[in-house]
Amino acid sequence: MTLFAIILLPLAAALIAGLTPSERFRPWIIPAVSLMHIILVLRLLLASPVAPVDPHAMLALDALGSLILLVVSLLFTASAFYAVGYFRTHPTWSNRIFIVCLLIFLSAMSLATAARHLGLLWVAVEATTVISAPLIYFNRNRLSIEATWKYLLLCSVGIALAMLGLLFVAYAGLQSGGEQGLQFSGLLKSAGALSKPWLRSGFVFLLVGFGTKMGLAPLHTWKPDAYGEAPGLVGGLLAGGLTSVAFLAVMRVMQIMVAAGEGIMARQFLLALGILSLVFAAIFVIRQRDIKRMLAYSSIEHMGILAIGISVGKLAAYGAMFHVMNNALTKGALFMTAGNIHRYFGSKRMCETQGAINVLPWSASLFLAGFLAITGSPPFGPFISEFTILRGIFAEGNFALGIAFIFLLTVIFIGMSSTVMTVVLGPSMEGPPAEGPAETFMIVISPLLLMAVVLLLGLYQPEALCRLFQEAANLLEPLP
Amino acid sequence: MTNITSTILMTVLLLNFLILGTSRLGTCIRVVALQGALISLLPPLIHGANIHSYLLAGGALILKGGLIPWLLFRAIRKVRIRREIEPRIGYISTLMLGALITASAFIFADRLPLLPEHLHSLFIPGAFSTLGAGFLMLITRRKAITQVLGYLIFENGIFIFGILLAEAMPLMVETGVLLDMLVAIFVMGIVMNHINSEFSSIDTEHLCLLKE
Repeated sequence: MTLFAIILLPLAAALIAGLTPSERFRPWIIPAVSLMHIILVLRLLLASPVAPVDPHAMLALDALGSLILLVVSLLFTASAFYAVGYFRTHPTWSNRIFIVCLLIFLSAMSLATAARHLGLLWVAVEATTVISAPLIYFNRNRLSIEATWKYLLLCSVGIALAMLGLLFVAYAGLQSGGEQGLQFSGLLKSAGALSKPWLRSGFVFLLVGFGTKMGLAPLHTWKPDAYGEAPGLVGGLLAGGLTSVAFLAVMRVMQIMVAAGEGIMARQFLLALGILSLVFAAIFVIRQRDIKRMLAYSSIEHMGILAIGISVGKLAAYGAMFHVMNNALTKGALFMTAGNIHRYFGSKRMCETQGAINVLPWSASLFLAGFLAITGSPPFGPFISEFTILRGIFAEGNFALGIAFIFLLTVIFIGMSSTVMTVVLGPSMEGPPAEGPAETFMIVISPLLLMAVVLLLGLYQPEALCRLFQEAANLLEPLP
Repeated sequence: MTNITSTILMTVLLLNFLILGTSRLGTCIRVVALQGALISLLPPLIHGANIHSYLLAGGALILKGGLIPWLLFRAIRKVRIRREIEPRIGYISTLMLGALITASAFIFADRLPLLPEHLHSLFIPGAFSTLGAGFLMLITRRKAITQVLGYLIFENGIFIFGILLAEAMPLMVETGVLLDMLVAIFVMGIVMNHINSEFSSIDTEHLCLLKE
């Protein structure tokens, strides 16, 4: 019942937001809904005893779904309060469509985490694509329309390929003479009997489709444009929430492949995409002058790290589960602060936003802290999770991969640091000072809290959370 | 029954060529609508008369044959264009490529490990060549509207393949799939309108500002 409420509550709120006439009151609907959402999610996750997953259900939460739902809900709550401050600085802009889409977006992401039917999962992921397009287009200029069109077309075609992959998997079931359903638990149970050629080709299509959504190289081309042109708030939600949901879809596919005894092939594919993502991110992050595009490449990097984590498995998969959360929360803070800097200077290019710390002390220092966190510096959470993935890689005896991993991460750290340092600490520009909206409590508190959580996760990991990561990672291992 | 389905699938294949070869957008939309309407007749023919296949067929017919073409016509009326001018490669070459794709789809389908009842039907080659034609449209056309049409043809190909597996999908999911598609086309239509008002054309060649 609570699960239905989690999915339907944002939908109902979207309806209310659509009917609300007041532009000033409407933004407050988002934090109100997000608070209710997170309370419901926590109630569901902390319920004891944990409800077992009904094998015939269309909607249920297992450990993987719970983890991603928690991540999405946390990030959305932070973004919701930021959104209120964001609309205050744009009092004349109409926010009706934006807020309605934002709420439906939350509903679709929640649905994706709870879906126990691959078709339903597909519907939810496709819905997130369609409904986030107006969010990316919010600034209404040439650049944002180009980004929106690329995003819409690439992701729609990608997702259509994933649908083809799903049909192939269903055909694999049909050919094995068994059940041909796409109900997830049933599929897992009968996975061993699936026709191998169809399953394998289905896997490739699914990985390409959901990989496009996740932004794994070489399917990442929409990402820098979309993240670069979307409002900071949306960039954070896409980079932290939507990619996590797409990652969940990839993990669902992995679960089936592992259950069908095809785990090795699936892991190799994923590993290749993961390494390629790190390489692409490393190449393009160097001398990247646009701070939001830089964050997009960082997002590609972290999707690569997640892919490598689950392709190595065991301890590294545990690290990847932890990393999903760290990445989402840090990316949220980074995009929000980058958005603040962007708005103040009216530019997101490195040369025009120098010395941000002099004029935006909070945003700039949080941006710096977020940069340190996302590149895996101690004592933040991503350091622990990336280190765990690295330990997992070495524990599996894959030294070459481990060394390549460290090397690429170092290159990315150096690449990002030159841009971030210039923006935050560089000498201020000559010429008339920029006069964007000053920092307010509302646009600083969300990134501040997110960074506090990321710092806390680096210093202390609650036992309940570790158990959730472990259970989620276990779902990706073959059953004994 | 097999006769009717074969005739429909054959027509669908021919319509692919009609779409690839015409430069008139109105014809293009009409043909895509006809193709959508034709394939939405297939589920009851394959799975017999039951509520699931009738609802699926009805839903697809309304959407693919009615609502989506209407949205597209509205979109081109708003942006006031009738013709696709200069595609990236010529119409003759597109048609040749289309023929090549169709031939490969037939050869490819012959080699797939298919169930005996699907072995000599037109379903699998029909699905793959329609997918190919859609892809071809997406890659070779400059106008935003023809790219959307390419996406629709692509979806039609997937739909044809999906009919073989209709039992794997509960009605709720299929409704979701169709709705998602409708909303996607709707959003694409709006974006197209904005592209037009921003650049005074829906040529996607203008969309080249964001580069690395």
